[in-house]
Amino acid sequence: MTVPLRRAVLIAALAWHCAGAAAQQPTRPQPLKSGLEFTGPEVRELQQDDFANPGMLWITRGENLWQEAAGREGKSCAACHGDAKTTMKGVAVRYPRIDAGSARLINLEGRIQQCRERRQQAEPLKYESPELLALSAYVAQQSRGMPMSATIDWQNRHNFEAGRAMYNRRMGQMNLSCAQCHQDNWGKKLGPETISQGHSVAYPIYRLEWQTMGSLHRRFRSCLSGVRAELLPQGSPEFLDLELYLAWRAGGLPVETPGVRR
Amino acid sequence: MTARIQVTPNPKRGDVIEIRIAIQHPMETGFRLDDGGRAIPKNVVNKLVCRYNNVEIFRAEMGSGIAANPFLDFFTVAEASGELVFDWVDDQGQTGSERVALTVTG
Repeated sequence: MTVPLRRAVLIAALAWHCAGAAAQQPTRPQPLKSGLEFTGPEVRELQQDDFANPGMLWITRGENLWQEAAGREGKSCAACHGDAKTTMKGVAVRYPRIDAGSARLINLEGRIQQCRERRQQAEPLKYESPELLALSAYVAQQSRGMPMSATIDWQNRHNFEAGRAMYNRRMGQMNLSCAQCHQDNWGKKLGPETISQGHSVAYPIYRLEWQTMGSLHRRFRSCLSGVRAELLPQGSPEFLDLELYLAWRAGGLPVETPGVRR
Repeated sequence: MTARIQVTPNPKRGDVIEIRIAIQHPMETGFRLDDGGRAIPKNVVNKLVCRYNNVEIFRAEMGSGIAANPFLDFFTVAEASGELVFDWVDDQGQTGSERVALTVTG
């Protein structure tokens, strides 16, 4: 074999190998589109009006709770963290992340719960409670407009892979995976609704269907119930892994909290 | 009950101003059942009053047809500086109140 030919064969083999590897790489939808682009103009207007947006009521509540002393320590969030408008800016875009103490994955809600129990020595806030929704919405809102930027490294790679596997796993009586709707068929119709790409950038979110604010994990449960799969509890490790995968998948999309959806 | 109020900023005497209020409330219709099949009792904000310097300028009586977290929007004429006071009550007798200062120039 001549040298140029051998080189050509080598390049072809390398290209083949890369193509094979590329097929196994996790993929983001192209182009990335926020769920807001799949809703009607009324919903978009409602989200963008900072007074009419009903989620702002939770933000106001969260702002008040931030200043309120709680627990045996008699400390408020502000006592340690100061003004959330500066100290909490850009925090939400990095969650979920590995908690240094437990080496486990933790999301924003989990971090607030942990702070409340350990630092404030207060009654734990239940997942999906109005107080936790208000506080997590208030903290997440400080990152509004900033791009989602979860990074995958050796510490959280196994969580990421578990989340990705869950995303692609068929489940429930309908035998559907998340990917079959939100990766393969976004933009198409499911009944009257347009299927969105299913990004996690606007949570906690005000859904008109719920008539209230809800967490990302509540939304997961709605989808699981839709495909008639077993409902996992909010805050479960499986949901956290999935949340990490979604945070990576939405990488670069701006945070919208408090979002409004149908 | 958390509420938010917004008034047209910097009004002059005689200006028509827009007043908006949003109240956090489930506005339970009374037509829904819980997971055990028992009826959830009706609980809505049934009365809301707005006073402008102690003069009632707006009153709303609401029922099951109003969505959760009611949002009301109305207009009045800015006559004098002072205070807008909102008071409301729901079917369970819980009351809420919120006030906002108003500075009128000219």
